Amino acid sequence: MIHTLQQIFHSGKFKLGFAIFTSLLAFIFIYPIFIPEAPLAILGQGTFFPPGIYVNVYDSLDTSKYIINQEGAAKRRIANKLSEDDRVAIKEYLVAAGVDESRIDITNTDELLQQWKATFDPKRSIKGFTNAKRNYYIRLNTALQSLYSTGPAIIAVNDPETNTLLESKKVTVTEYVNVNEVPTVRIFPLGTDNFGRDMLTELVAATKTSLQIGFIAGLIATLIGLTLGLLAGYIGGFVDDIINFISNLFIVIPPFVLLVLISFSIGQEQRGASTVAAVIGFTSWVWTARAVRSQVISLRNRDHVNLSKLSGHSIPHIILTDILPYIASYVIMAMILQISSGILAEASLSILGLGPKTTEVPTLGLMMNWAMIYQAQLQGNWWAYFPVLAVIALIAFSMNLMNTGLDQVFNPSLRD
Amino acid sequence: MAEKRKLCLSAKGLTKVFGFGKTRTVAVDNVDFSFYEGEVISIVGESGSGKTTLSKMLLGLINETEGEIFFLGQKRDIRSQRNKQEYWKNIQAIFQDPFSSYNIFNKIDSVLLDCIKMRGGGNLPKEKKIEMMREACSFVNLKFDELTNKYPFELSGGQMQRLMIARIFLLKPKILLADEPTSMIDACSRATILDMLMELRKEIGMTVIFITHDIGLAYYVSDSVYIMEHGKFVESGTPDEVILHPKQPYTKRLINDVPKIYEEWDLSTVG
Amino acid sequence: MGKVILEVKDLTTKYITRFKEDVYAVDHVSLKVEEGKSLGIAGESGCGKSTLALSLMGYYFPPLYYTSGDIIIDGKHISGMDPDEVRKTILGKEIAYIPQAAMNALNPTQKIINFVEDVVRAHNPSATKKDIYDMARQRFEFLGLPANVLDKYAVELSGGMKQRTVIAISVILGPKVLIADEPSSALDVTSQKMVIKMLRDLMDKGIIKAMIFITHELPLLYNVTNDIMVMYAGQIVERGSAKEAVFDPLHPYAKGLMGSIIVPEEGLRNVKLTAIPGVPPNLKHPPAGCRFAERCKFAKPECRVISVQIKEAGPGRTYRCIFSESELREAYKNG
Repeated sequence: MIHTLQQIFHSGKFKLGFAIFTSLLAFIFIYPIFIPEAPLAILGQGTFFPPGIYVNVYDSLDTSKYIINQEGAAKRRIANKLSEDDRVAIKEYLVAAGVDESRIDITNTDELLQQWKATFDPKRSIKGFTNAKRNYYIRLNTALQSLYSTGPAIIAVNDPETNTLLESKKVTVTEYVNVNEVPTVRIFPLGTDNFGRDMLTELVAATKTSLQIGFIAGLIATLIGLTLGLLAGYIGGFVDDIINFISNLFIVIPPFVLLVLISFSIGQEQRGASTVAAVIGFTSWVWTARAVRSQVISLRNRDHVNLSKLSGHSIPHIILTDILPYIASYVIMAMILQISSGILAEASLSILGLGPKTTEVPTLGLMMNWAMIYQAQLQGNWWAYFPVLAVIALIAFSMNLMNTGLDQVFNPSLRD
Repeated sequence: MAEKRKLCLSAKGLTKVFGFGKTRTVAVDNVDFSFYEGEVISIVGESGSGKTTLSKMLLGLINETEGEIFFLGQKRDIRSQRNKQEYWKNIQAIFQDPFSSYNIFNKIDSVLLDCIKMRGGGNLPKEKKIEMMREACSFVNLKFDELTNKYPFELSGGQMQRLMIARIFLLKPKILLADEPTSMIDACSRATILDMLMELRKEIGMTVIFITHDIGLAYYVSDSVYIMEHGKFVESGTPDEVILHPKQPYTKRLINDVPKIYEEWDLSTVG
Repeated sequence: MGKVILEVKDLTTKYITRFKEDVYAVDHVSLKVEEGKSLGIAGESGCGKSTLALSLMGYYFPPLYYTSGDIIIDGKHISGMDPDEVRKTILGKEIAYIPQAAMNALNPTQKIINFVEDVVRAHNPSATKKDIYDMARQRFEFLGLPANVLDKYAVELSGGMKQRTVIAISVILGPKVLIADEPSSALDVTSQKMVIKMLRDLMDKGIIKAMIFITHELPLLYNVTNDIMVMYAGQIVERGSAKEAVFDPLHPYAKGLMGSIIVPEEGLRNVKLTAIPGVPPNLKHPPAGCRFAERCKFAKPECRVISVQIKEAGPGRTYRCIFSESELREAYKNG
């Protein structure tokens, strides 16, 4: 036993797969200890906040100020304020006013603004521009001029008696606050999803649920497959015929279609995570059963089984001690594959909207589903789907690696 | 003399057919025989002659298609699991390949303990069991104290086959079916194993049936020899009759093809 | 004394186990085979006889490594050559090797003639298809194999026929030395006899000049080879003519081995077989003295200490034992 374990950990592929998988597991279990937040708590109002550090503006007003004179700060501020649409509009005006198009670079804020200053004349009417468009350019010009102002912004409070605004604070352009001193800061390492929930917390919880689903599904599939395979292979005859008939039925109907039909007929309300896991397990045992059956058939005529019979052992005893240990490694390998395909099956089902009930716990598939419904992929909100994809890929990859590693150990012809 | 001999295992019209239709093969074809108590019998045949199928039928590991097997003069009935277990107390086997004869997950002690249990010694005190196992191991020149907690595959092929004999020593069956017990091990271990088998036979008075392709072995050990070809016995008798003075062309050819060392081995008669 | 075709001087090769331990499976082996002679190697499993066969080809691949010594085939040193070079210029042409399961090496999707073409083309890329076919047919008929075998697939042939076909293919280039490692053990007696006859034909018809035949079946060895060499724990313990080695062995191990022969011949039914107790030593830590001392019933205390060298006992007769020839004979007479 120890020797086998040693051999398993000799395999580079198994080690890598195991390392990836255990670090994923470790992260899933350690993360909630530090951030014990409900995974589906809605924090943000609005959809898809990008990843980053969110500083409370109100609180930062009361935080002690530091004056920092940063070169280029103004430039960056202006560059940031000038939106892409505005830049395109400026270019359009400049071209219409006769500036050479090749000299205009809309990414170079400084040059663009200089060209604008030199060319723009509010009185000049340009052919083809409507009145409304002319007014837009005048407004844009005013806004651009205010960009250069370096005066302080005034924070005012409403005096309820006089109903007038009273100046309470001034904020100058060179004032800074230290993020560490602001009492309320929220970090969204992976942004938020369409409901304003913290993606990372949600992802951790979802990975956990998905692994549970995969594990339960894999366990059910392996148990059914193993039992039926053992019975069919060892007893043979009529029992074998019946089990073969059933598994042929399951093979003819693609399991995914079956999965979709069953999930649909169960209905949204009844579909908890464990129900989905059970359904996946009940539809994916066929190949395990087949493989176990063929292995058992080749084993049951071996001399050690004959010897066990001659030693007066009962059939259950023979199956448990002379057959099962010989196929255990194979079954474990099959189970690893079943778990990873269970996770994928859940993801596929959920993307179709047939996943577990959406109100209790997130799953990787559900997260994909939400991202898809809210068109994250069209709006470029990568953080809503890419980390989920990566986790699914990592789980499948690590499990397959472990499986290949085990295969190398148990099947010497594959060793390098 | 002949009246004194008691029937041990006999068969009438024993037939085994595998498959049906196009794939139908008759492995054992209407075979009759009578084996007597205390005899050493050899069933000699080339690969595919049906000798292994015959041995599995005798052991009750596969069912006969037709014909009857008589055990101690009584028609054998092993349809129920209980009868089978009772039958297996009387007939045991040693298989060809020692490396595949043991469950690689069971330790040597458990192999031997099973035998004690089968002989109804399951409730004996532990010391008594160990005493019995030690005796069995020393009979086959193995040191029991070095074997406890070891697995069979840690032994050499010859040692594993000796452990198999230790098993038989504990089980004390009436009949031992040895299916090519020495073909996988080399010549000098073969001598050891044959010696032990013959001594054990003397000690517990069992009938030994050798299933083999080794004519030298059949000649050396047996009281009667059966030559098998295509599922049938083509010739039988004492080793001197069958092997030194064969009558059937098949037997003649077979014996002619075995390398000799005292006589000239005639290579010109090949093919 | 004929021309020496194969000469091996002090050859030592080792296996390196997974735990980086050295196992010297062939330990200072020297031998000579003259033109037209064959040498048999006997010994129990694990004594190094198959490793010696592999080592003789000069084609080493992990975990087998060459350590020291010389292999000379017809005046040509092949030890220490690059494995790739050995494969291109030595194998098939100078030396051919037939393992026990050679018949299973035939790819079932190819016709037999394709294997012949592969072998010939590897050494003579310009050979035409027709030339090869004619040559192969001639050779097959010469060796008593039906020529239509060439157009068949391996699965259409019986085990014995497959084995003989493989042998015919491997000697198609006329190698000087043929090494046959248990070529007939997996076959039934009739096919075995046909394989043996073919090997004898190869020698008699001069297609090969020398042969090394390895088996643990002594009656077979006695009938095939001129000389017999007995190996024990990686070393040669006895060498002599087949008759001497079988009927008058000197080394106690050889004596034990020969005493375990069973043949179906008159008067041999009640001969007591000699059984050698114990197991061969672990070659990871070979004993200091005589390697057989542990199992030898004639062993003296000094046997376990003194490392014994090979002694001469007449022409072509050597043995490795602390006792003299007459002492050994005396001991055997007294049992």
